[in-house]
Amino acid sequence: MALADKSASARHASDARPVPFLTPKRQAPTGTGPAQRAGKLWLALIPLAAVHSLVMFAGFFAPEDYAEQDRTLPLAPPSRLHFVDPHGRFHVVPFVYRIVPPPARPGDYLEDQSRVFPIGILVRGTPYRVAGIFTSRRHLFGVEAPAKIFLLGRDEYGRDQLSRLLYGGRVSLFAGLLAAVLSVTTGALLGACAGFYGGWLDGALMRFSELFLALPWLYLLLAVRAFLPLRVSPSEALLLAITIVGLVGWARPARLVRGVVLSARGRSYVLAARGFGASDFYLIRRHVLPETFGVVLTQAALLAPQYILAEVTLSFFGLGVGEPVPSWGNMLTSLLRYYVLSQCWWMLSPGLALIGVSLLYYLLTSLLQERLRIGQL
Amino acid sequence: MRYYTRRLLHTIFLIFGVSVLSFLFMELAPGEFFDEMRLNPQISPETVVALRHQYGLDKPLAVRYVRWVQSVFKGEFGFSFAYNRPVAPLLMSRARNTLLLTLTATLFAWLIGIPWGVWIAVRKGKWPDHFSTVVVTGLVSVPDLLLALVALLVAMRTGWFPVGGMVSLGSSEWGPAHKVEDVASHLFCPALVLFLGSLPTIIRHARTAMLGVLDSGFVRAAQAHGISSRRLLFRHALPAAAGPLISLVGISVGTLLSASLLVEAIMGWPGIGPLLLEAILARDLYLVVGAVIFSTAFLVAGNLVADALLYRIDPRIRGE
Repeated sequence: MALADKSASARHASDARPVPFLTPKRQAPTGTGPAQRAGKLWLALIPLAAVHSLVMFAGFFAPEDYAEQDRTLPLAPPSRLHFVDPHGRFHVVPFVYRIVPPPARPGDYLEDQSRVFPIGILVRGTPYRVAGIFTSRRHLFGVEAPAKIFLLGRDEYGRDQLSRLLYGGRVSLFAGLLAAVLSVTTGALLGACAGFYGGWLDGALMRFSELFLALPWLYLLLAVRAFLPLRVSPSEALLLAITIVGLVGWARPARLVRGVVLSARGRSYVLAARGFGASDFYLIRRHVLPETFGVVLTQAALLAPQYILAEVTLSFFGLGVGEPVPSWGNMLTSLLRYYVLSQCWWMLSPGLALIGVSLLYYLLTSLLQERLRIGQL
Repeated sequence: MRYYTRRLLHTIFLIFGVSVLSFLFMELAPGEFFDEMRLNPQISPETVVALRHQYGLDKPLAVRYVRWVQSVFKGEFGFSFAYNRPVAPLLMSRARNTLLLTLTATLFAWLIGIPWGVWIAVRKGKWPDHFSTVVVTGLVSVPDLLLALVALLVAMRTGWFPVGGMVSLGSSEWGPAHKVEDVASHLFCPALVLFLGSLPTIIRHARTAMLGVLDSGFVRAAQAHGISSRRLLFRHALPAAAGPLISLVGISVGTLLSASLLVEAIMGWPGIGPLLLEAILARDLYLVVGAVIFSTAFLVAGNLVADALLYRIDPRIRGE
């Protein structure tokens, strides 16, 4: 039974690692540890960047607009891609058939095999705006009218689920990210002030933060939402969701940052700088805030998926972003209906996307923690 | 004893602070329960004014707060406009259901999570450890919302477990044994979701805590003395690792309650969660405040229990 020896040697190996930090001037990577791990961070960063650009340019990647309805095709299953047509001829480019709803049996769909519609790349379709500046009609892929391609099926209003997934991801992912930035910034500023100045300010801020930590987060979120107007426009709702989620979560980063600042404040080089007559502002900016960098970064990576989930939860309960603007939350709401939940697996796609994004953020957080040698937060 | 008193005072201060904060927010909130009535042409404006006067909504904030505190001491926690009843009895029955659900899930999560964490700590770097890392990461990444939806789907598809509500129709006429069985079968699905939601955190913490202890000198000394590995693990190492795990009890109450709210709302379990959501949509603000205070009370109670346990177990804290 060599369990103790094994883990002990592992511990020693990790102790031998030099203190890593993101800024290169602080430490030159020596030996094995951080220099090799530096590459691993990309494992999480590249897919995350890919997902975010996918949803940022949703207009280009989505074949249709998020609000475009086709009332003849409610809850149509994903289009089938074919290679062989009814005459037995093989097509290199996959094609789809036009889907026609049989008049007598709603919910059942047939393929009209009289004509094939090959999938086109960079086709012209419904116009969309890129970055709110210029308008484009080019889509990554599509088929000629009157056929439609919907790789993830359609929802109850006959809207393309893939397009809504992309546009909804834009709302949910960026809401989470912005809320994380907001809450970490607020938390870091308040925490830095509390830790640096100490005294009554510290006491008051920490007592205040305890109030926020004393509430289960979802109750807190819903309570704050309860006190705000119920019916708001989608863009206001998005802003509201970001602000609520971001501000409600300020307490944890604030307390963590305060801890780091407290220890940084007492370092000899800070005292020396103060002795040379450095101002508070200079000390905070030059010596104290850089110390908190690692904690802040890790907190942001940790909070972003939680905040995405918070926005999804709010919208799921109809308290966040509302129709017709999609969010992963309000897209999942239709699953509360038995038929949709049991028959239409493609309506679960926002949930699957959510799992993927959470996994990536989780990976990012653990890689960051490893890299910056911060314990689990 | 002084320690307990201080903790208790701190808790009371927290709950008091949360109530003040809720009232401040309520004051800032635009709109109220009677807005709908105002829009209704069949109700005269005088009636609305009279109703607001009856519920004391026309009084300034401070007066309303004092009245509310008085009603708390009477055991009413304010008045629900939508249900036309005091808030406390409404919340009490719901809180009991929430407790039943969360306690069941927590009990099983700890009973399974702790041995699991200990097991993989011992086999660090071997296949059980790697396998568990995959399971834990997977479970952490699946949102409770989705877990609940999938459980709902499975339950509906297979029909093995009833979904929605807490009791079957007509169960009030059954015998006690049958009733318990009925509630248990309704409990299974929501509790399973909560269990799966809280399991990964417990496994991870148990593993980390155990690894820390297995490193220490006394474990190796005990090993050298030839103490059997099971005895060593569960009699010597686990109690030494109990500290962080007990703090986890306190920390996880908040997450548990939040997850429970979601699960309750999706699965139709009659806990505090659905009541809070209804109250928000109806702008029944006293009920909202009541639910928030109740959830806070649960959370701080969890923390209090964890602190008291830590105080009992860890002599280092007593020394402070």
